[in-house]
Amino acid sequence: MPAPWQEILKKIDDYRWEIPQSYKEGMTVPGLIFASEAMLSHIWEEQVFQQVANVAFIPGIVDHSLAMPDIHWGYGFPIGGVAATRVRDGVVSPGGVGFDINCGVRLLRTNLTEEEVRPKIEQLIADLFVNIPSGLGSTGKIRVSEKELDKVLVKGSYWAIEKGYGEAKDIIVTEESGGMKGANPDKVTSKAKKRGIPQLGTLGSGNHFLEVEVVDEIYDQEAAMTMGIGEVGQVLVLIHTGSRGFGHQVCSDYVALLGGAVKKYGINLPDRQLACAPVLSPEGQDYLAAMACAANYAWTNRQCITHWVRESFVKVFGKSQKELGLEQIYDVAHNIAKIEEYTIKDKKLALCVHRKGATRAFQAGHPDIPDVYRNIGQPVLIPGDMGRCSYVALGTELAMKETFGSTCHGAGRIQSRAAAKRTLRGADVVKTLAAKGITVKTDSMGSLAEEASEAYKDVNEVVDITHKAGISHKVIRAIPMGVIKG
Amino acid sequence: MEKDFEIIDHTADVGIIAYGADLSQAFANAARALFSLITELDDVEEILHRDIELAALDQESLLVEWLNELIYLFDTENIVFKRFDITKLNNTQLKARSYGEKVDSSKHRLKTGVKAATYHMLKVDKGNGCKVQVLFDI
Repeated sequence: MPAPWQEILKKIDDYRWEIPQSYKEGMTVPGLIFASEAMLSHIWEEQVFQQVANVAFIPGIVDHSLAMPDIHWGYGFPIGGVAATRVRDGVVSPGGVGFDINCGVRLLRTNLTEEEVRPKIEQLIADLFVNIPSGLGSTGKIRVSEKELDKVLVKGSYWAIEKGYGEAKDIIVTEESGGMKGANPDKVTSKAKKRGIPQLGTLGSGNHFLEVEVVDEIYDQEAAMTMGIGEVGQVLVLIHTGSRGFGHQVCSDYVALLGGAVKKYGINLPDRQLACAPVLSPEGQDYLAAMACAANYAWTNRQCITHWVRESFVKVFGKSQKELGLEQIYDVAHNIAKIEEYTIKDKKLALCVHRKGATRAFQAGHPDIPDVYRNIGQPVLIPGDMGRCSYVALGTELAMKETFGSTCHGAGRIQSRAAAKRTLRGADVVKTLAAKGITVKTDSMGSLAEEASEAYKDVNEVVDITHKAGISHKVIRAIPMGVIKG
Repeated sequence: MEKDFEIIDHTADVGIIAYGADLSQAFANAARALFSLITELDDVEEILHRDIELAALDQESLLVEWLNELIYLFDTENIVFKRFDITKLNNTQLKARSYGEKVDSSKHRLKTGVKAATYHMLKVDKGNGCKVQVLFDI
């Protein structure tokens, strides 16, 4: 029997599937899904096609409503989606960014090898767990007033550096230098600020984690060397978190506010969670100014956590930070909207690129890439689930042409959290991980079961598709040794 | 007795369907469903209360705003609620008093962090007995 999606999708090649514009009345562009044939049956069950099609309704969307291979059903916009709208006459949508604004990943390198870290991994993870506040309801060690928070929102990572959390050179290898321009704290509600103040400098809960990992495959030696990764067995540290309750509140506030704008501007939408406003309208500009504040909050958050990671390593290994070579490779967002310029049909166009569960993947030579990586392309950091592996890739020319400089962001869920909890117990997950040589610390066993490997697509498959489709280029793979789960 | 609410599964998130003889009761049960995701309601005592007054575009928005207000109070004041008295509810306004207590790690086990209530698949059904549906981002 033919698969149900065969009647809908048009196969472009082994990794590209189009949802024709005729699929649903109201679509203004077609949809394009990057996936293997095997993966499509899963996507179909989730009815994610509907969501990709719904995004094709939003005014001013150009080219395609895009879906990365880690796509899964979200609320309104799918997770793993990319939508670019014209700044001139298109819209910006908070739902196209998501609740966890600038959820993202930071990767640090070390001079340490697996042999050096393995004997101390329990101690290291225990120390990191104490040093970095994590878990549901956790509050940070950083105390800021509302006035001081406003500085965080404008300056981002730079604020943290000024306060002694990390080094100036960390900023150079952070997307937007860790401080997005246009951030205006006056456009953020006091509720968001109240939610944000106690949570600054916390890892959070859910799918957020911190991982000590070891390089197990190098695909591009030269690019890896440029990133300070010399050999298999080298230890890295990956930090995955975002803007915490601050970002959630900014999103909630603006989805509600833009619900009114949808009526005011007479926008027709198939789903209220797609609420949006013209990019150039006061409502659209206000959202972007508030979103930039949340993005800066998240970069500050990851910057502070970086500092505590360094503290713990110095303490546990009794070596200086310099001896440890604990330097930042890169930091990239995967829930964000950015104004970027692209050439569409020989015309330069300013676009508002929404990446919700998608990572920026700029090609070599792009002016927004730091000098050190200018010749190889922008590093793309792709975390997997805690039992498998994570990847570092590079942006490509094809990504600039086809996906508005974007690629996948992770594994993508295949099992609901409740289903994962029904079939798995946190204690068993700890055992399974221990058998693989992975130490885990968490204060929520339930949360651990929700995030087990079984609940996710295999990140290896996801990254292979983006690599073979040419929208990012694999550099290294790393496997976890120790994980802190919020 | 009919059940007050049920939890629905969604790949990335989790949703609830709440029932009530009238809309106020359905809104109150939706709030109970929300806090049942966060902790065990049986462990919560009614020690303090918070008053909430809201205005929104319509009843659907009101439901989302109501739940988001409670998430906000949980996040900022660390309060888990278990009982909700909705004293006013029309098309655009809601007034309620919510009872609960501050989170105490010795007796409350926090289960799930809820980021927000969303408008996705949102339903307010006032037919034969009231029924509301909300999806949360967790």
